[in-house]
Amino acid sequence: MVSAQKGQVRVITGNAVGAYGAMLCRPEVIAAYPITPQSELAEQLAQFVSNGDLDAEYVEVEGENSAMNVVMAASVAGARVFTATSSYGLVFMFDALQEASGFRAPIVMVNANRETPGIHSVSSGQQDMISTRDTGWIQIIVENDQEILDQIIMAYRLAEDYDIQLPIMVNYDGFYLSYLAEAVEIPDIADVDAFLAPLKKQPKRQTLVPGVPIGCGTHGMEMGYVEARYKHCQALERVKGKVDEVDKAFGDYFGRYYHGQIEEYRTEDADIVILTSGSATGTARTVIDSKREEGIKVGLVKLRLFRPFPAEKLIEALKGKKAIGVIDRSIAFGWKYGPICTELRALSPEIGPTPMLSYIDGLANLDITIPHIERVVDEVSAAAQGKPYQEVTWIPMEE
Amino acid sequence: MVIKHKNIFKTESPWSNADELLLCLDTGSWRTERPVLDKEKCNYCGLCSLYCPPQCMRDKGDHYEVDLAYCKGCGICATECPRKAITMVSEGEFADG
Repeated sequence: MVSAQKGQVRVITGNAVGAYGAMLCRPEVIAAYPITPQSELAEQLAQFVSNGDLDAEYVEVEGENSAMNVVMAASVAGARVFTATSSYGLVFMFDALQEASGFRAPIVMVNANRETPGIHSVSSGQQDMISTRDTGWIQIIVENDQEILDQIIMAYRLAEDYDIQLPIMVNYDGFYLSYLAEAVEIPDIADVDAFLAPLKKQPKRQTLVPGVPIGCGTHGMEMGYVEARYKHCQALERVKGKVDEVDKAFGDYFGRYYHGQIEEYRTEDADIVILTSGSATGTARTVIDSKREEGIKVGLVKLRLFRPFPAEKLIEALKGKKAIGVIDRSIAFGWKYGPICTELRALSPEIGPTPMLSYIDGLANLDITIPHIERVVDEVSAAAQGKPYQEVTWIPMEE
Repeated sequence: MVIKHKNIFKTESPWSNADELLLCLDTGSWRTERPVLDKEKCNYCGLCSLYCPPQCMRDKGDHYEVDLAYCKGCGICATECPRKAITMVSEGEFADG
């Protein structure tokens, strides 16, 4: 494969980008229910279908639970499918999410991250993604509008890979990226066709065939259950390497690389490392640069893949560092640390005994600002020098 | 880890042949009534088969026959049959009941 031709550059919102990304991959069945901050995406896709730009069955559903069940059924019948949701919508499809992954349906779903029920907050935060982390889906977090588009295209290569066959959730920060208009290069659909073409060359996955009496997920007694779960977990392990592989193939063809499971920024000679995910990563990069000018040897890890958790890559990047700071845009009920920090601490035997400082910030549309991240760097730096430190900090509560 | 388990599913996804594995519970033992078909009334429309929850109505070419190993005796087939060709009869009426 040579390289793709230069695409058309347009200034559009993250939601519109999501709709373009889906359209370029030619889904055959779409079922989506509009919800803030994703609504524009569902509307734009419906527009594409009504204009004739996209030849797909757009099923108007009465809610998100039906949306997921429709795309799941279409997927096990062999169709390429797409859906998008957020927050209440995502948790409303909770049982269907588990059904979809248990059936190994290669669904691509966009989730515009938003806070979840309990405290009624129509605002950004990763709590919806965290609340569904044990549903067996692949979960990827992107940083900017271009990455939304590119990751949706890569998502089909991952989900529909014969060795994977799992649904994937592409997460972007609602309100921040969903409404942010940025210049985005939209590739030619023929180039996307070419990039997705290898999927057609692989063996055909088992699908529902009319007239043939087969069932999916129906033989769940005892060893049937254990075997299906074991295979599911093994497939999730294979996702890690596949994410890197697809990222490389995408970069070689379209010229944009995202470094697979995690992206490391100035970590090689760093004493301390800050870990972020999503749109806050751009702000963190600026702070890393300014702190480097002050002489602090700080690096950044951007977590792209959240499920499966990229343990091996994180160990490689963080082993031997003198202190680590993790910024979570969500909380883990029942753990004092943020969710990503909690999971990182599970790797302590491999990373080594090093201070890990948990920061809860950016909940409910509160910005993760440059001063916030500067504070994180200063405190992690002090911890690296052996000074006493606070294990968990809810940044907005201390301002 | 040594895997000694012999695969139940032939595919990566948990698909199973309905005749062999879909009906995996001994649901026939739950039954208190069984559907009895009047072949004279049956016009082979297939509605009983479509509505049967465990899908145990077997297509016999000119009529449907219930698979008693899986029939739960729910009576939906008898209710749905437009020609009233199916009657639910107490298990006590049968020598094998």
